Amino acid sequence: MSRKHLFFVILAIAVLILAPLGQKNYIIYVMCSWLMFSVAAMGLNLTLGYAGQVSLAQASFVGIGAYITSLITLAGYHWVLGWLAAMGATFVIGLILGYPALRVQHHFLAFVTLAFNTIVFLVFRNEEEITGGSFGLVGMPRPEFFGIQTMQQINFYYFTLVLFLISAFVFWWIVNSPWGRAFKALRENPIRAESLGVDTRRITLLAFGIGCAFGGGAGAIMAPLVQFIEPGSFSLIHSLKILLMVVVGGAGFFYGPMLGAAVVIILPEFLRFTEGYYLMIYAFLVIVLMVYSPNGLIGLGQKLMARLKPQQEVRKDMQKGAQL
Amino acid sequence: MAEFLQILISGLSAGSIYALAAVGFTLLWQASQTINFAQGEFVMLPAFFVLVFTVKMGLPMSIAIVLALFLSVLLLGALFKKLIVEPMLSHGVLPLVIATIALGLLMKEMVKEFYSPLGQPFPGLFPHDVMSILGAKISVADFANFVIAMGTIIILQLFLSRTRTGRCMQATAQNPEVAKILGVDIKRMVMYTFLINGALAAIASVLITPIYLAKFSNGEVLGLVAFIAAIVGGFNQIRGALVGGLLIGVIDNLSAAYVSAEYRQAVPMLLLIFIIMVRPQGLLGTTEGRTV
Repeated sequence: MSRKHLFFVILAIAVLILAPLGQKNYIIYVMCSWLMFSVAAMGLNLTLGYAGQVSLAQASFVGIGAYITSLITLAGYHWVLGWLAAMGATFVIGLILGYPALRVQHHFLAFVTLAFNTIVFLVFRNEEEITGGSFGLVGMPRPEFFGIQTMQQINFYYFTLVLFLISAFVFWWIVNSPWGRAFKALRENPIRAESLGVDTRRITLLAFGIGCAFGGGAGAIMAPLVQFIEPGSFSLIHSLKILLMVVVGGAGFFYGPMLGAAVVIILPEFLRFTEGYYLMIYAFLVIVLMVYSPNGLIGLGQKLMARLKPQQEVRKDMQKGAQL
Repeated sequence: MAEFLQILISGLSAGSIYALAAVGFTLLWQASQTINFAQGEFVMLPAFFVLVFTVKMGLPMSIAIVLALFLSVLLLGALFKKLIVEPMLSHGVLPLVIATIALGLLMKEMVKEFYSPLGQPFPGLFPHDVMSILGAKISVADFANFVIAMGTIIILQLFLSRTRTGRCMQATAQNPEVAKILGVDIKRMVMYTFLINGALAAIASVLITPIYLAKFSNGEVLGLVAFIAAIVGGFNQIRGALVGGLLIGVIDNLSAAYVSAEYRQAVPMLLLIFIIMVRPQGLLGTTEGRTV
């Protein structure tokens, strides 16, 4: 990491720490929601942007994480236990789902995960004894750390921020570790990666599992944040929403999902004055963005930069990211 | 036995309509590697065209249906191809998937905002009479739906295999480079595919909407079903989509009757997962299919 980059990161963290001060509860809630979805989108970015596999089930993993955390905290155990259980369970379920599914890749994995998402939704809705059926679960307690309550919205924001930073650091570490480079090698040229001794299938499976675990982690944040979960929050459309975050931000870029989550979560708040039209405007903007810049907003930014400073070469390896 | 037959036949009837949407789906995939996530909305929308013509403008049903068909071919076929698919062909599969998801959302929201968020009654095309075959009661509408849907698919199949244009379209789907060398106007052939998809969506819409109400959210289920039917049957075959559609229709009805209403939706999903694991090319698909 260059010095300039480090400075930028510290500045961004400072902004994130100062941003909620003096804001209304609702705005802080939206920011918490943004951080939470960023974590989920980061996980999908690992699967999609780095390992090059399309998953349409991220919301179901968020859901599994949220339900596990809710059940554990409602039973009176500490949230940390729920968090670990959620990440562990989603990792294992991801491996079990991914192991057979990754035999067939690309769009077939997309279809398998699509079906999986629907099945998980039905289980949430129908197994009333455990999940509360379509009424969902209510009243999850917010955790307490070293005597500090997170009942207050602002405290909960800092709690979410810490988790977000931990997730971002882990993500950064994975991407820059030998594993992460194996992921990228796989995405760029699977045949070459395999001939260089990368165990393609195991690495892809691992990326998928870790991506799912990030989803579970996001779910663990969601349970105490919203304090109400129901099956409808984890249906297919929400998986598509998370996919949208990754692609709109820029798949395969480190900051892509965070930017994408900001667009998906925060932009509707700004478009609120348009009332019923905001989803239309939003959908229209997404289509235009995809037509002009398939690499998302970061790709668009790079295009503009390249035009302003023509001597600078745009990284060619990232262009492949969105193509799969 | 009579009950089983009844369920089987109404399943085939629903399935034949699913097959229409699924065939359109596979055609688009073959011609331009477009996975159209808005296919369900494509089937939802033409019913509202009909409603606009009949309810708002007072035209008779038959004229309204013909106009809706033209409008669908124009908007869902030509315009969709020109404005969204064509500029994105070079970007690969994923951005187009995202764009069609957004397009589906756009269409849904527009219907909700500009027509009505509530389900609208849609006039049935056929009388509500019931006829009896081997003790099973079958509604005339079910039977007519089946005949029209199957007839459409058979005509399409004949067009694709017997006419010069149809063969050129198939050649384009199988190997665009060679087709181009042999003098096929590829761009026009791909365009025809999109027009056909628009027409199929309109026919499916007019047939299926009387069963439910016309509602902006109809596309969610329909799209998923068309999708599953296409994959189960085989992504690169029209026959496959047909078999897939019928199979899903029958399985859906059977599982609603004999498994459980709660997990009814899960059965086609499990079938999908099973097929992908065991026979990823689909029941009738051939392995050579294109790689992404």
